Amino acid sequence: MVAYAWLMLLFPLLGVLVNAFFGRRIGKRAVSWVACSAIGLSFLVALGVLVGVAGSKGIEQPLFTWIRAGNFRVEFSLLLDPLSALMAAVVTGVSFLIHIYSVGYMAEDPRYARYFTYLNLFVFAMLILVLANNYLMMYVGWEGVGLCSYLLIGFWFERKSAADAGKKAFIVNRVGDVGFALGIMLIFATFGTLQFSEVFRRAPGVLGPAVVTAITLLLFMGATGKSAQIPLYIWLPDAMEGPTPVSALIHAATMVTAGVYMVARNHVLFDMAPATMTVVASIGAATAFFAATMALVEKDLKRILAYSTISQLGYMFLAVGVGAYSAGMFHLTTHAFFKALLFLAAGSVMHALAGEINIMKLGGLREKLPTTYAVFAVGAAALAGVPLFSGFFSKDEILWRAFLRSPVLWLVGLVTALLTAVYIFRALFVTFWGKTRAEKKLWEHAHEAPAVMSVPMLILAVLAVVGGYIGLPRLSLVEGYLEPVLPAGHIAEAGALEWVLLAVSAVVALGGIALAYYLYVVRPEAPARLSRQYAPLYTLLSRKYYVDEFYMAVVVEPLRRVGRFIAELFDPQVVDGAVNGLARLAGVCGEGLGTLQTGRVRSYALSILVGVVIILGYFLLR
Amino acid sequence: MDAIRYLLILSAVLFTIGAAGVLLRRNALVIFMCIEIMLNAVNLTFIALSRQLQSLDGQIFVFMVMAVAAAEVAIGLGIIVSIFRHRATTDVNDVSLLKG
Repeated sequence: MVAYAWLMLLFPLLGVLVNAFFGRRIGKRAVSWVACSAIGLSFLVALGVLVGVAGSKGIEQPLFTWIRAGNFRVEFSLLLDPLSALMAAVVTGVSFLIHIYSVGYMAEDPRYARYFTYLNLFVFAMLILVLANNYLMMYVGWEGVGLCSYLLIGFWFERKSAADAGKKAFIVNRVGDVGFALGIMLIFATFGTLQFSEVFRRAPGVLGPAVVTAITLLLFMGATGKSAQIPLYIWLPDAMEGPTPVSALIHAATMVTAGVYMVARNHVLFDMAPATMTVVASIGAATAFFAATMALVEKDLKRILAYSTISQLGYMFLAVGVGAYSAGMFHLTTHAFFKALLFLAAGSVMHALAGEINIMKLGGLREKLPTTYAVFAVGAAALAGVPLFSGFFSKDEILWRAFLRSPVLWLVGLVTALLTAVYIFRALFVTFWGKTRAEKKLWEHAHEAPAVMSVPMLILAVLAVVGGYIGLPRLSLVEGYLEPVLPAGHIAEAGALEWVLLAVSAVVALGGIALAYYLYVVRPEAPARLSRQYAPLYTLLSRKYYVDEFYMAVVVEPLRRVGRFIAELFDPQVVDGAVNGLARLAGVCGEGLGTLQTGRVRSYALSILVGVVIILGYFLLR
Repeated sequence: MDAIRYLLILSAVLFTIGAAGVLLRRNALVIFMCIEIMLNAVNLTFIALSRQLQSLDGQIFVFMVMAVAAAEVAIGLGIIVSIFRHRATTDVNDVSLLKG
């Protein structure tokens, strides 16, 4: 099966071509069959590869030569090792479930075929990114998923906010991509090759500390853009304008994790740059805390989940920043399950209540949407790190490794875990418990999601629970699987301390839930009172620390002003002026010369005479 | 050899008169007459020098000049007549349609 790994790329590509060219003609049922089976088949191949590369250090599978210019060669090849196989399996598996969910969610949409074309294109690009064996191919996939993100966020482009959000996502991503591209160029300048295996093999000998720090910082800059870390996270909350399955797939489970994957893939380089590792871990921890505080006061359910994603990505970067690469990948996997689940559940709520997503206008939905409520609860428990759910194991692993590096980082992570539990159960209690605040008509029409939507949610719910058992301490299945690629190194086996921290994490998670219960079920007036009491803090949080306004003032407006200057002043006056001036010059010269043409024969005769005299004079005087 | 000198001077004067006339007169017919003067001045020069150099080439050439002058006058008068038919004027200043 490993030899057929390229089929993983072929199936989605075929899906794109068929749905793009014939989608409108073959009808919605055919479109969904094409798209879902493409991903389904891709998933089966991915599973085969997953099994096939277990224990190996990696197989390279060349497909074709892409660029050949003198000494510069870039092959389009696949790198099949446990890391890429794991990512591919997660991507195709979660994509498959979300494709099926989309069949129900987007059933009424007129641009159905286009939606599935974009989704398949996304999976194709993501797989290129994940399976690439060199930096350039990874960059192609990187840009490809950025493009699909733009297309899908702005899918309902008639809404200005959606179109703007798509632009914002793409542009902010591009800022990060500058760093990534510069990093790639620096790698090429240093090594003369872009192939991962070559670079990693030669790195220890060739790289000095300054160069490797520069390279890794630039690569990380790309990661902050794609994976929504400080300072380039601002696009992710706005990206919620897109259809909810898109938010689940791209902005929770797969695309945003590309940055984490990239850092894990480059662990050889990052290991050599302790300064960068500190930066990565600090930004990860800071982002995790920062985003969690904003999720606490957010009223839009999807935005709560968006900030949660940013926060959890912060955890993943914290993990890779302290050298716990497989722990980060483990959290990536569990997060994919429970975050996608939460988003799909939110989508189910929106589907039931005609798009209402403001939690202040919801409430009491657990009696109307029991399945949705149940799966949301499972996802919330996993996210909060309730013991025995998957999120607990992965988050705890990260906190443990962070503690070994720096108790400060551990503390930030722990406080964030508390906030996480509070904000997600706030969302749960306000949306599903208590008396409803929804409009009467919406309430009456609310109905549970159809099977095509609820079955994927149930499958993800199961994974959100059992996904953790693939990574129990002492039984690290995920980490053991990734061992050939991401050597776990030797971590101190301070047995008792680890169990103590485990217990602390558990207490924090349950404590957070209890706090949320108290604030939103027992004393529902309390939050309003607190927000008035701490009004300045509340304003700061609900206005998102004014970061967007800051960027607008410092970055966007100056650029716009430059653009306006050039478009309104420079171009019409200077450029057009120069061109028109040349034309006018030609005209003036022409008019000047035109005075010679009097039309009178006598003046012509005079000029002939003058000419003759001059010539004669010249010869006579010579 | 004073004779030759006088002839050449006469010829130069005639040529200058003819040239001045071409430039300064307004009537087209008068301009033609001045052109004839110029041609005849040249003829005179040819003959004078032929006498001087004791060669008949100059005098033969005079015949050719006369023939060309005759042909040219024929055409020129034809043009003037056709202009006159259009514009009822022989004033050269009025024929400036190619102005600009």
